[in-house]
Amino acid sequence: MCLAIPGKIIELDPLNALQAVVDVVGVRRKVDLGLLADDPPVPGDWVLIHVGFAMSKISEADATEQMQTLMMLGEAEAAMQEVRGYGLENDGQSLPGQGRPS
Amino acid sequence: MKFVDEFRAPELISKAGEEIRKLADPQRHYRIMEVCGGHTNAIYRFGLKDLLPANIELIHGPGCPVCVLPMGRIDDGLSLAARPDFIFAAFGDMMRVPGTHGSPLEYKARGMDVRIVYSPADALKLARANPEKHVMFFAIGFETTAPSTALTLVRAKAEGLHNFSVFCNHVTIIPAIRAILDSPDMRIDGFVGPGHVSTVIGCRPYDWIAKDEGKPVVVSGFEPLDILQSIVMLLRQLRKGEASVENQYKRVVPWEGNRAALRAMAEAFELRPYFEWDSYRNRL
Repeated sequence: MCLAIPGKIIELDPLNALQAVVDVVGVRRKVDLGLLADDPPVPGDWVLIHVGFAMSKISEADATEQMQTLMMLGEAEAAMQEVRGYGLENDGQSLPGQGRPS
Repeated sequence: MKFVDEFRAPELISKAGEEIRKLADPQRHYRIMEVCGGHTNAIYRFGLKDLLPANIELIHGPGCPVCVLPMGRIDDGLSLAARPDFIFAAFGDMMRVPGTHGSPLEYKARGMDVRIVYSPADALKLARANPEKHVMFFAIGFETTAPSTALTLVRAKAEGLHNFSVFCNHVTIIPAIRAILDSPDMRIDGFVGPGHVSTVIGCRPYDWIAKDEGKPVVVSGFEPLDILQSIVMLLRQLRKGEASVENQYKRVVPWEGNRAALRAMAEAFELRPYFEWDSYRNRL
């Protein structure tokens, strides 16, 4: 929640310009790009994510560093649990709290 | 990867330690507060205290938004949601936090419809999918999570959704720092400023701490070397008798912050003059 999770933008959602699939160490989930509306990321960009929203664009080196920091702080597992919770499905197909594939 | 390796280089760490010992006046006792719980965690994990001379004291700041949440807020949130047509949605961090009559998880065991969400946008999805129910999102966090709640509210309003609400427990970092500085028994020489909160608010909101209070602020990253470098930067200012806001975490924190996030917060929220804050000192 407080510590940012780094991810790479894989593809933009063709149906919703404010959503994108990100890859966080191999786990792909949808994140919201609404808070980067002033400087929208494109596939290949790296972002820092908080609670399902991309909050800032960063370099690949900083993304790697941030993931290592999460590991060193013992927060990596909690971060990955959060990422798995974001879901890959489109709106309405899977609902929070009802279990979803990870 | 070389960049990352450099940050782990023990020789750079010990060099920063040396620099700190050189800069610190042995006649003086320094009290430096790290505002963010992430920094506190890093300081403990990496044993950074052992690298500092005895006259540099690190004071742990308000840190974690879950830890400073007064129990009454959880009680209020749960009692509002205690209706058959309500869904109580919150981050996983909140689920085991006790209220007077139990945690959200215990309320769920007693039959309340409690859902874990990982994003406020998921709470909004629940509202869209359950038009016969009212979804109340129990929002918490500093400026790293508040913009997401704000944007979600803006969207809910634009969609005309009436079965979605937010029980707002968001806190902002600046009043917390002001309360610390106003506390008569709290003497602080300088601040290690929060990293990820500053990606949102930028560095400008800390200006008054330097200008009006005469205390240096250095916004810092979370690597051991980041934190030591920030202490070096603070000591340099203190040695010269200066106070300004500096950004050690330039590679991630833009001076102006994230304007879209600030706009969303300005649109959805207003600051209240007062919010109860369960002092971490009460819990020690």
